[in-house]
Amino acid sequence: MSGQEMTGAQIVIRALLDHGVDTIFGYPGGAVLPIYDEIFKQEGIKHILVRHEQGAVHAAEGYARSTGKPGVVLVTSGPGATNAVTGLTDALMDSIPLICLTGQVPTHLIGSDAFQECDTVGITRPCTKHNWLVNSVDELTRVMHESFYVATNGRPGPVVVDIPKDVQFASGTYEGPANVVHKTYRPQIKGDASAITRAVELMAGAKKPIFYTGGGVINSGPNASLLLRQLAEMTGYPVTSTLMGLGAYPSHENQWLGMLGMHGTYEANNAMHDCDVMICVGARFDDRVTGRLDAFSPNSKKIHIDIDPSSINKNVHVDVPIIGDCAHVLEDMIRIWKSKVAQPDKEALADWWRQIDTWRGRKSLGFVQGKEGPIKPQQAIQRLYELTKDRKTFITTEVGQHQMWAAQHYHFDEPNRWLTSGGLGTMGYGLPAAIGAQIAHPDALVIDIAGEASIQMCMQEMSTAIQFRLPVKIFILNNEYMGMVRQWQELLHGGRYSHSYSEALPDFVKLAEAYGGTGIRASKPEELDAKITEMLDVPGPVIFDCLVDPAENCYPMIPSGAPHNEMILGEDPNAPTVTEEGKMLV
Amino acid sequence: MSDLSKSERHVLAVLVDNEAGVLARVIGLFSGRGYNIESLTVAEVDSAGHMSRITVVTNGTPGVIAQILAQLDRLVPVHKVVDLSVDDVPSVNREMALIKVASTGEKRVEALRLSEAFRARVIDTTHSSFVFEVTGTPDKIEAFINLMRPLGLVDVSRTGVVAIARGAEGM
Repeated sequence: MSGQEMTGAQIVIRALLDHGVDTIFGYPGGAVLPIYDEIFKQEGIKHILVRHEQGAVHAAEGYARSTGKPGVVLVTSGPGATNAVTGLTDALMDSIPLICLTGQVPTHLIGSDAFQECDTVGITRPCTKHNWLVNSVDELTRVMHESFYVATNGRPGPVVVDIPKDVQFASGTYEGPANVVHKTYRPQIKGDASAITRAVELMAGAKKPIFYTGGGVINSGPNASLLLRQLAEMTGYPVTSTLMGLGAYPSHENQWLGMLGMHGTYEANNAMHDCDVMICVGARFDDRVTGRLDAFSPNSKKIHIDIDPSSINKNVHVDVPIIGDCAHVLEDMIRIWKSKVAQPDKEALADWWRQIDTWRGRKSLGFVQGKEGPIKPQQAIQRLYELTKDRKTFITTEVGQHQMWAAQHYHFDEPNRWLTSGGLGTMGYGLPAAIGAQIAHPDALVIDIAGEASIQMCMQEMSTAIQFRLPVKIFILNNEYMGMVRQWQELLHGGRYSHSYSEALPDFVKLAEAYGGTGIRASKPEELDAKITEMLDVPGPVIFDCLVDPAENCYPMIPSGAPHNEMILGEDPNAPTVTEEGKMLV
Repeated sequence: MSDLSKSERHVLAVLVDNEAGVLARVIGLFSGRGYNIESLTVAEVDSAGHMSRITVVTNGTPGVIAQILAQLDRLVPVHKVVDLSVDDVPSVNREMALIKVASTGEKRVEALRLSEAFRARVIDTTHSSFVFEVTGTPDKIEAFINLMRPLGLVDVSRTGVVAIARGAEGM
């Protein structure tokens, strides 16, 4: 196949089109003007103008997480690139495939401290899966194709392609993405058959098994979620999930134990602690999940399915590691389980479920909503769930107490419907991510469950929502505190609330109106349903200022430094307290 | 079975695509994740195939070494990573050093005599100095440097360890 002559900027756009890109999130500047000129001349790709580059990256994450396709970002050199760093790190931690194109000063000025120059590949090296500085237009076609391959294959992640301005103007040859073979990068997709057979044997002999699933199931694609459901049904084993994996297994199933970890349910954490066989599918034994490592699930044999070999034995030693893509491995597991005519130990399993039901009986997510108010934040999420569960709904969040309450009280039956910043814990993620999800799903209901502190970190993207007529709903649980900071200060620092009070808050109703959206406020429990319904009926963006109990803490909770079976269930003077060692942890 | 809590010294060979920034990726991985680098050498070994070989000497518990290998292997431009310090991969390790010694009289004679015992070569000389080239294991070089210290040691330049597996098999 002979190539076509075109400019570097044209190569960029052509490559994006050839990789099926329909949307890019960006912000123009001097070093990307040739690419913006090409965007102007075409109609195949829609450009969403954000208000800050961090917003562009989070929006692309929301697009990627809600579709399974890679997100694409276009920013200028210098501050454009440095503003993108938080979003890139967020995507790296949560394994979100992104291609971030950055402009760079012309090659002859690189290293001269030119205007808006920064060492973009140097700065983004540790916060991307890989990055490239394109020194010549002759490399551009290959790098563009490789960038999609690297971002989407193996464990997904963000990549940066840094393109100097003279390379965008230079004339080069473009060839399509067919036959692009990467020189070195070959992630293992199929799991080792003998390891999978050993895993199935362990599973079949289990008396107290549990599936511990994570974001890897969702990243593997919708088929992985179907296979997980199938395997769970065949075995009858209980299923829990990390924050990132919510929705891979339906919350309405009886085998669902709820989320595990620091703010997970009592039944999920105790089952993790007491199990004899743990089947970890696409999760990475993160510190929020394991609690105290030396007391983590002490009596279990552990099976770990992960596409990234560096996740194996990183934090927790496992007995049967299986490197491969979740869907491929689950498919093989099901096949081998069937071929062995494996049967779960029915009697032992019945005992196990009886034990789990005892834990469930503690109703660890319970709360009391007083008739007079104030509104309990859990109640607000619960009503939001009840009034939106029958629609095609995507939930994004910011980071903090509201995020955990959303994870606990909003329930997901489908993958790709829950978008949250898990690994990096980035306040400001939710609104731009909601914008990205709404762009990808124009007819869906997209709600950013927010806190009054977090929302102010990327508030400017409200303007983007207005410009592109994106009817995102921002549901603020306003407790006038950085709630999770306040909660930790109460538990660890004697109630000295150092700088965690949200002083000088804007009037969110007026703020919504100032942007050209709609503002709604609720402060009493009895008006919640009517106000939420009113929000849902508004065809445009809404900021919903839900005034909630400022003193409410997020429970249950594994205090830092404690094992899974020592949870704080609520405001109980006899609850376990945080040890001196625990205070050192984050 | 090695003691799982004991730190061990390992020599790792890393074959990488010789692209811009690849060394920064490897070094950044070590500093970013808190691993040690005892020595590191790098040079192109296949100019037609644009491949470089990095030899890195590090130390850590068996768990940390396994993590280092996995983390190196997942860097995109890395072709292959081999641990040359495990029992089933016998290997040879060598390091070279250039050592400058300035002295006169008895000390100068003694330095030259010792250099012969270490099979060091004199590659530069003046009336009051020598530059020795010495090759061997890091221990041997360390011993030679220590002997030169009272004899007028001025400067030391070491390459760091390079290593290769014994036998007919390639990496």
